[in-house]
Amino acid sequence: MSSLLRGEEMCLAQLFLQSGSAYDCISELGELGLVEFRDLNPSVTAFQRKHVNEIKKCEEMERILGYLLREVKKADISLPERDVNPVAPLPKHVMAIMEQLQRLEVELGEVTRNKEKLQRNLLELTEYTHMLRITRKFVQRTAEVSVSLYMFSCLVKIEAFERMLWRVCKGYTILSYAEVEEYLENPDTGEPTKCVVFLISYWGDQIGQKVKKICDCYHCHVYPYPSSNEERNDVVEGLRTRIQDLHTVLNRTEDYLRQVLIKASESVYTWVIQVKKMKAIYYILNLCSFDVTNKCLIAEVWCPVNDIPTLRRALEEGSRKSGATVPSFVNRIPTSDTPPTLIKTNKFTSGFQNIVDAYGVGSYREVNPAPFTIITFPFLFAVMFGDLGHGVIMAVFAAWMVLCENNRKLKNTRNEIWNTFFEGRYIILMMGLFSIYTGLIYNDCFSKSLNIFGSGWSVKAMGWTKEQWENNRFLTLDPNVTGVFKGPYPLGIDPIWNLASNRLTFLNSYKMKMSVILGIIHMSFGVILSTYNYLHFRKKYNLYLVFLPELLFLLCLFGYLVFMILYKWLAFSAKDSRHAPSILIHFINMFLMQGDGLQPLYPGQTGLQIFLVVIAVLSVPVLLLGKPVYLYWLHNGSHRLGLYRGYERVRRNSEEELYLMRAHDMEEGSSHSDLSSSGENPTEELLHQAIHTIEYCLGCVSNTASYLRLWALSLAHAQLSEVLWAMVMRVGLRMDSTLGVLFLVPVFGLFAVLTVSILLVMEGLSAFLHALRLHWVEFQNKFYGGTGVKFCPFAFSLLPSSFEHDGLL
Amino acid sequence: MPSLLFCGPKMAACGIVISIWGVIMLAMLGIFFSAKSAVLIEDVPFTEEDIRGDQNPPGNIYGLYNQVGINCFIAAGIYVAVGAVSLCQVRLNKRQEYMVT
Repeated sequence: MSSLLRGEEMCLAQLFLQSGSAYDCISELGELGLVEFRDLNPSVTAFQRKHVNEIKKCEEMERILGYLLREVKKADISLPERDVNPVAPLPKHVMAIMEQLQRLEVELGEVTRNKEKLQRNLLELTEYTHMLRITRKFVQRTAEVSVSLYMFSCLVKIEAFERMLWRVCKGYTILSYAEVEEYLENPDTGEPTKCVVFLISYWGDQIGQKVKKICDCYHCHVYPYPSSNEERNDVVEGLRTRIQDLHTVLNRTEDYLRQVLIKASESVYTWVIQVKKMKAIYYILNLCSFDVTNKCLIAEVWCPVNDIPTLRRALEEGSRKSGATVPSFVNRIPTSDTPPTLIKTNKFTSGFQNIVDAYGVGSYREVNPAPFTIITFPFLFAVMFGDLGHGVIMAVFAAWMVLCENNRKLKNTRNEIWNTFFEGRYIILMMGLFSIYTGLIYNDCFSKSLNIFGSGWSVKAMGWTKEQWENNRFLTLDPNVTGVFKGPYPLGIDPIWNLASNRLTFLNSYKMKMSVILGIIHMSFGVILSTYNYLHFRKKYNLYLVFLPELLFLLCLFGYLVFMILYKWLAFSAKDSRHAPSILIHFINMFLMQGDGLQPLYPGQTGLQIFLVVIAVLSVPVLLLGKPVYLYWLHNGSHRLGLYRGYERVRRNSEEELYLMRAHDMEEGSSHSDLSSSGENPTEELLHQAIHTIEYCLGCVSNTASYLRLWALSLAHAQLSEVLWAMVMRVGLRMDSTLGVLFLVPVFGLFAVLTVSILLVMEGLSAFLHALRLHWVEFQNKFYGGTGVKFCPFAFSLLPSSFEHDGLL
Repeated sequence: MPSLLFCGPKMAACGIVISIWGVIMLAMLGIFFSAKSAVLIEDVPFTEEDIRGDQNPPGNIYGLYNQVGINCFIAAGIYVAVGAVSLCQVRLNKRQEYMVT
């Protein structure tokens, strides 16, 4: 399967769609998600396109659906489980859906308006009842008064209102008021407010008019005043019956509204998907161009070469469904444009491909670092994270996510951070498993070492006396004494180092050297991967003029450093460890061509070192000048260039030979374009290569040092873990009173919370970031271009829904 | 009868996770303390007197190791109880969620 290593081979194809079956064919293609459509009408605005009316209809339907969804959400009705995937409706069915939606909208609007009217009515009657009840206490006026009016108001300031009445009516009114104890719902704002009841008595009609006008200004409700007690009781009775009736009607209306909404909610999800698909199809139809002579639509698509038979079958299916007599067909056309990059992934590899793509999508058909990242990324993370206990927790968390990955609730949450973790569940699982391995190697489990095989050091064999035990704070185990060092620990670091005071001295030296070794291996691997690109794009000269000098420079200098590290580890034992030379001094002296005074590591060292330095120094000018000189010679010496410049896009069947030549050219496409672009300007090529040489040579030094972060982060993690144990867990364990047991329980809870938040989340994110940086910069700049465009197929499942974005679905 | 539910679904899930982790880790710590592991010497509350004034070395230290080991086992037992309570809370939460909708 070369797809993951290199990406699919893509071709440009023309689809000839008959007008009758265009809609169905595009619907089939949308279900499959095979191809990416190109815009054939780039100069046309959105309003001038052919199917703009249909898109407007779709948007009208989306508006109604949005209104429906909002009403359903307001009524707290839950939508049924959505497993359905309806196909796009045919144009003849669209009218039916549109009518249904419009009918629903009208009905909902009417019912809602009725309900509001009834509620307002109910409010007025309730106010009247309150007034009658309260003003029973007011003093009855005698027959001098002609008319009295009630008033009922919610927002008025009593003193201001009174003063206004007094001034306007010149004292011909009498005002009494009382507050209503209970809160009534204000119809405008819907909040409960306190209301005030007024009783206004006045003489004369004109004053009556003025009073009414003032009441209107203050937005008060006016009700008539019953003159006698019997009248008042009659009115109260009547009001009570009317309120009861209104309550019944309101309940019925609300029930009916709820039923309508429930019925609508059953099919609203289907409609949403259908409208979304329809709109997408019309959008794609707008991208096609109309061929007048053949009376068919022409679409240009990017398609993987291996999927062309599937594409043909989809077009046949679409033609059959629409009942067209003339089938639609596909025709592959040659092009000099660079196709988009498609790399087919499954649920396991997609996470790793995403983190590679985050830096840059690969150029067309160049080597993809993702399959190697599947192993190297978790490994480098684990080198920095290396703790058995933390690795177990991380692996268990990731395993839970993987086992529950089909649970719909987990898949569809809106929480961004959770979605990020869920998408990377396989990455986290690999990181956890690799951390368990490096935790075993570092012998570190929650900052304690595990003694599985029995330590290789024996304290008893040192034979210390009682005075030595009592009078010395620190004692040194000497491996040269017989019986003290029985042999290396089988797997990992000996657990006795956990008790040693010079633990960090030993571990630092070991981890630094390990980081340099891992870094050189990783970078050499990156350089070797570039040969794949040179061979595939048929630029063999690059192998001799770029790859070989690069590799020689890297290995002669830093490969030799790795050799010296390994040699010193193997050749010097505990007996002669006092005379073991410092590698750093030897390495520096190699460049300065000095160091006769130092004892050599092995015989013949000076000669070999001079030879390696000479080779490394010679490879720099080869790297700098080799490729530009060769290309210049090629450009002047032969006349291969100038033949193939830009092509015109072919709309009809091209001539056989031209097609074959261009198809052959497509494979070597980048090589020729590179030649044509480089041959134009040899100085530009020289500059480009000079920058590359300087970047590479200086980069070798700086990138090697950059890998020391593997040591730094693993040291930080180990120290944080130790501090957390010493300051939290030890306090709980050292309690020797009887209450100490109960103290241990919350102490462990605190330890667990801090471990997860500091050591797992913070350190985990930090190690993730640094491992990612090592891949993106130090590894990938040895071979990766990353200047491609990602292939975005036309697929209904990939289209976002605007309702989900608003949180309505 | 008042509702026995006093924490939400997420808190109860956290409770279960910490309980399971606590039971496993404290039980293993108890085993390692009982096995008198040398790596855990710093966590044992011994004093200079314990070492110098010991009639029967290293009996005092071993006794302290056993004590801490028993403490760990008791704490593991308490975490079993906490885990059971959290499990009840999770079940009650699920039942309430089922009844509301």
